[in-house]
Amino acid sequence: MSNSPMIQLTDVKKGFPPKQILNGVDLSVEKGQSLVIIGGSGSGKSVTLKCVLGLMQPDSGSIRVNGKETTNQSGRGRKKMLRSFGMLFQGGALFDSIPVWENVAFGLIHGNGHNKSDAKEIAIEKLRRVGLSPDVASLSPSELSGGMQKRVGLARAIAAEPEIIFFDEPTTGLDPIMADVINDLIVECVQDLGATTLTITHDMASARKIADHIAMLYEGKIIWHGPKGDIDQSGNAYVEQFINGSAEGPIEMALFKP
Amino acid sequence: MKNPLSIIGSVILAALSELGRLSVFSATAISHMVRPPLYWRLIAQQMWFIGYNSLPVVGLTALFTGAALAQQIFIGGSRFNAESVVPGVVVIAIVRELGPVLGGLMVAGRVSSAMAAELGTMRVTEQIDALVTLSTDPFKYLITPRLIAAVITLPLLILVANTLGVLGGYIIGTERLDLNGTTYLQVTIDFMKAADVYSSLVKAAVFGFFIALMGSYHGYNSRGGAQGVGKATTNAVVSAFIAILISNLVITVIVFGGAS
Repeated sequence: MSNSPMIQLTDVKKGFPPKQILNGVDLSVEKGQSLVIIGGSGSGKSVTLKCVLGLMQPDSGSIRVNGKETTNQSGRGRKKMLRSFGMLFQGGALFDSIPVWENVAFGLIHGNGHNKSDAKEIAIEKLRRVGLSPDVASLSPSELSGGMQKRVGLARAIAAEPEIIFFDEPTTGLDPIMADVINDLIVECVQDLGATTLTITHDMASARKIADHIAMLYEGKIIWHGPKGDIDQSGNAYVEQFINGSAEGPIEMALFKP
Repeated sequence: MKNPLSIIGSVILAALSELGRLSVFSATAISHMVRPPLYWRLIAQQMWFIGYNSLPVVGLTALFTGAALAQQIFIGGSRFNAESVVPGVVVIAIVRELGPVLGGLMVAGRVSSAMAAELGTMRVTEQIDALVTLSTDPFKYLITPRLIAAVITLPLLILVANTLGVLGGYIIGTERLDLNGTTYLQVTIDFMKAADVYSSLVKAAVFGFFIALMGSYHGYNSRGGAQGVGKATTNAVVSAFIAILISNLVITVIVFGGAS
């Protein structure tokens, strides 16, 4: 069990008729590894992530987390698995009916059974870890800037010190400087925790900073997967076009095909 | 051109499919209502929002409806020299029908829409997905408190509405129509039966369930950004109205179908 990958997807398929989104995704993330999935809009990145998190049920295939099959998991097994996850959502997904500290402490209180005062202390510590002062703790999420909301989202993702952290487009909607700050924070926090991470993004600067390994998803399949350092010599026309952000290439051809 | 039968068939299938999804949603919601843990703080918050904040609109509706009803019954009754029926007819009409139905519809307009908008926004901003990833059952945390609060609060609200409806009739009856105040109250008490009050409270609890159910169902399942949330809000109010009117008829037939 200990030698099995932390996350393993085998021939995962998912469709929303008439469209097939995932067309047999095979992917594995080793323990402690940081894998970034890149790909254009509509390539199936978000659906892949939602299938791993159990927010969507794949039509077929296998998803194993820490060696255990998760596709048909329910009840306590699923709850236990979710406790080992942290997730930073693209838009933050902070609960606007509760203050910032309660957002950060939410998983500790409702998932892990911490009492409120202990959870608040941990939340303030995690906020400090992502560069936010304790004053922010009592604010409402709607009073925060986009960058601050991302930081709070990151603090919430790491609050319960999970084994696996998922990042959904962590730098989308941020200016380049704030994006770099968030990338640095992600790297630091992940290293502190020794967590395994799976990130989806189309921001190559973010991917290069966060990743150990990069995989490219195109038309519902992984078309390239390798160490970050190898991506510039991938020899794959799709990957080269994507990382160079070129309008010319096979991806454009695919977009305009009848 | 499409075959008209095929169009009718598609519409019926779509309606049955929606009804099936609503039934599964209701069954899941009810099962969570009777299984711990319950979030009492959230239930109290929802009770405040549904009950206390709805008091002005429900109270005013009942007060003015009771007053207008007394005036109309007086005009109709005077044609047969039967002005004295005003208190009895007002109390029966208010307690059996107008109090719960108008109160329910007013609360549905206010509460179902707000629930659908809030849950719909939570859905499209991934807050509901975030709840799942934080090991929290969205049904338990979002839907159950709303349902429990509505089922408890609506009967209390309708009790107040019924009282204010009768008061509206009393004010018009005594101040404008020259009816005797003591007699008015005595006739009101004599005419009102326990079954009237029970049926009113049962109706209110059922309406409360449907108001929260429709708001929650449409909000929870909303899709497609701002437009989807808007559509969910409209559908929540319309379906809550329909559910209230149909369930009112069913309860009325069951409770009073065989009575005079």
